[in-house]
Amino acid sequence: MLTLRINGTEHQLDLDPAMPLLWAIREHVGLTGTKYGCGMAQCGACTVFLNGAPVRSCSTPVSVAAGGEVVTIEGLVQGLGASALGKVGQAVRTAWLELDVVQCGFCQSGQILAATALLAENPDPTDAQIDAAMSGNLCRCATYTRIRAAIRRAADALV
Amino acid sequence: MTTTHDQIATIAPDTIENTGRRTFLEAGIAAGAGLLLGLRIGPAPAADTDDHAGTAPAAAAPFAPNAFVRIGTDDTVTVIVKHLEMGQGTFTGLPTLVAEELDAAWDQIRAEGAPADATRYNNLLWGSAQGTGGSTALANSFEQLRKAGAAARRMLVTAAAQRWQVPATEIQVKDGVVSHRAGHRAPFGELAEAAAKLTVPTEVRLKDPAQFKLIGKPGLHRTDGPSKTDGSALFTQDVHLPGLLTALVVHPPRFGARVKRIHDTEARAIPGVERIAGIPSGVAIIARDFWTARRAQDALRVDWDETDAMTEGTAEILARYRELAKSPGAIARQDGDVDAALAGAAQVIEAEYSVPFLAHAAMEPMNCVIEPTDQGIRVWNGEQFQTGDQAALAKVFELAPEQVEIRMLFAGGSFGRRANPASDYLIEAAHCYQALRARLPVKLQWTREDDMRAGWYRPLYLHRIRAGIDPKGRPVGWDQRIVGQSIIAGTAFEPMMIKNGVDQTSVEGAANLPYSIAHFRLDLHSPRLPVPVQWWRSVGSSHTAFAGECMIDELATAAGQDPVAYRLRLLKNHPRHLAVLKLAAEKAGWGQPLPKGRGRGVAVHESFGTTVAQVAEVTVRKGGQFRVDRVVIAVDCGLAVNPDVIHAQMEGGMGFGLSAALLGEIRIEHGAVIQSNFHDYQVLRIDRMPEVEVHIVPSAQPPTGVGEPATPVIAPAVANALFAVTGQRLRSLPLRLSP
Repeated sequence: MLTLRINGTEHQLDLDPAMPLLWAIREHVGLTGTKYGCGMAQCGACTVFLNGAPVRSCSTPVSVAAGGEVVTIEGLVQGLGASALGKVGQAVRTAWLELDVVQCGFCQSGQILAATALLAENPDPTDAQIDAAMSGNLCRCATYTRIRAAIRRAADALV
Repeated sequence: MTTTHDQIATIAPDTIENTGRRTFLEAGIAAGAGLLLGLRIGPAPAADTDDHAGTAPAAAAPFAPNAFVRIGTDDTVTVIVKHLEMGQGTFTGLPTLVAEELDAAWDQIRAEGAPADATRYNNLLWGSAQGTGGSTALANSFEQLRKAGAAARRMLVTAAAQRWQVPATEIQVKDGVVSHRAGHRAPFGELAEAAAKLTVPTEVRLKDPAQFKLIGKPGLHRTDGPSKTDGSALFTQDVHLPGLLTALVVHPPRFGARVKRIHDTEARAIPGVERIAGIPSGVAIIARDFWTARRAQDALRVDWDETDAMTEGTAEILARYRELAKSPGAIARQDGDVDAALAGAAQVIEAEYSVPFLAHAAMEPMNCVIEPTDQGIRVWNGEQFQTGDQAALAKVFELAPEQVEIRMLFAGGSFGRRANPASDYLIEAAHCYQALRARLPVKLQWTREDDMRAGWYRPLYLHRIRAGIDPKGRPVGWDQRIVGQSIIAGTAFEPMMIKNGVDQTSVEGAANLPYSIAHFRLDLHSPRLPVPVQWWRSVGSSHTAFAGECMIDELATAAGQDPVAYRLRLLKNHPRHLAVLKLAAEKAGWGQPLPKGRGRGVAVHESFGTTVAQVAEVTVRKGGQFRVDRVVIAVDCGLAVNPDVIHAQMEGGMGFGLSAALLGEIRIEHGAVIQSNFHDYQVLRIDRMPEVEVHIVPSAQPPTGVGEPATPVIAPAVANALFAVTGQRLRSLPLRLSP
């Protein structure tokens, strides 16, 4: 038995400790906004926060996350409005909606979490810093120009 | 500019039926229920046709109804969208058409995927088949969905007129509210029940485009934006059903190999593994969840019978294609006498172009859920080709096609992959379900490695072009030969799309080369290989634009002329090409000096009725490293229904093409694919995405698609820009400069 704290809720789960956190979140907790894209930390679709830092949940054993604080896209958008991270997340999501960033949408949970992590650490990133921070998150629809613009917009909104 | 007011506003005679009426009356009035509107679109009865000249041929036969609009008593307007939303914007573009004629407010619009039912939801450009592809979604729905909206509006107006006892002509509809100057006012929801009891009008009048309030206007946000930014959008990967099991499949490492022996003692011992069995495409592992199946996959050992396995690799295939390119193929187009023209030319330029196999590599690896129902089966899928998949699954399960119910979910990208001509992964999911031998739902989930290695690919193609110019540099002859697998051969599309031995998808974009050249020949070899291939965003144009637009650039150089000016002179009969080329060149500052190490390249290409020009600006550094800094795009896609969606498709479609131009390559060695995941099949990341500018040519012509046409233009534009800087002609993709 291990305890996973996800978006503020505790879950007691009987899982293989080597199971990636991704599958625990998706198939055992039932939060499916976090996606499987590559299984080897190459695409970023599985990005979640673990103890305030973005991690690739496809390559993080669930045992590593046990006892820690996990935040997924659902938690970022719905439940954390008042927290510092939640505030940044809301601004990012608002910018995403205003600029109609999404296309197929599959990678966008990970993009929004990565963008939130960037702005939480660096409230006024340059384009080069945006590119560096976001280059681990693939988007096959190539929504990249709007991702850049939305991050700048969210940064402006947070000033 | 020509106005096509008539084309847009002319009303075809329709029979419109209220398909919801009977159910509605029988079921009583449920909360949220209201008007469900169906349309019969098609030829009018013979007696009617004289009044409506120019419509489809007369036929009295009834046509099955289509249902597209549902208005709830809660004021929501649900538009039933018959085309897959895979990013390209169908869930926004198609509802725009309905909302416009209905005079709905954009924020009351909801989009819902249509069920599989080709009698109502066929693609009007595909005859009787239902499916999404060829950038047809908006084009084929343009009139159909506006009529659906207009009919619903008429019924709401009639219901209001009856309630208020005023003439219908005095009633106004605006932003989802019906009103009359005497002070009457009702939002749609209040009138929905009354409207549902009315006879559906047999004719509707569509708006004059000058009256459009939503079509062509900015500010309409995507209907799928909210759910795709809060984790709630439902993709196939996210489907969960009671008792659902996960299936993974071990595929043969080499194309053509078959299962000989399965060593599964260890894998079967893993708790939660329900079944391991050979299926036609490999070995199915069915387990309680993904991770359990994955562990079983690692523990499983399979001996393969490689008697019939492919032995060739990319190098051998290319060598074979080069040999083949020496002999004539099946003629796709022939004008004049090209041999004589080349013999008499002042200069003949000969070049070979090649493009590799490519994976679609959608972010969501292929997957499909099969669920047993009392009637047959239910399929949950990012469904792109309902009619083909329904037929294929019906055959596997020995059911009638209508017993195969399909829930069309969002697709996490597709780029053509989910419309597989052989329904490959859906049939594999069906085989997994059958192998389980239990009435439990099964989700087939491909790993990224399966997605890379189990097919299906954009074929490798080789082009050989010889072109001659006269003393003034004008092209006098063009002789092009294409070698590459046919996508269509062996599929149900063969009778329609292979003509005189020529697969139209292999030559599109080359057979219709727009430049004025009196003597022209294009021929084709379609060798067969065990590598499974299919359409990849922009299909034939993904290679023909590269070869054609690089070669015309080479001719401009040989003629000592500017690449834009050279093209303009040869495009006199192609006003749309001329317009986009001029616009892109002007906006890009074509001809203005750039610092050393930087240069511009241009390309223009028409695909799927849409014409796109792109100017790429590149910086080349020492050692052959280069970066695409900026891309200026001009597009003519007819009437721009959703300008922002068009911008997004131009940006993203170009980016998808740029990924292939810079990085994309599936290599085969000894019958096996080398690449396995995103570490060795690199795709474009944000740090290599250029700045992009999009300009739409104003047009009143009927709209054409935008999902694909930006993709094929960027590779030649970048190759031509690299030539402008370095003098190197790069003739194969991905583009690699010599240091």
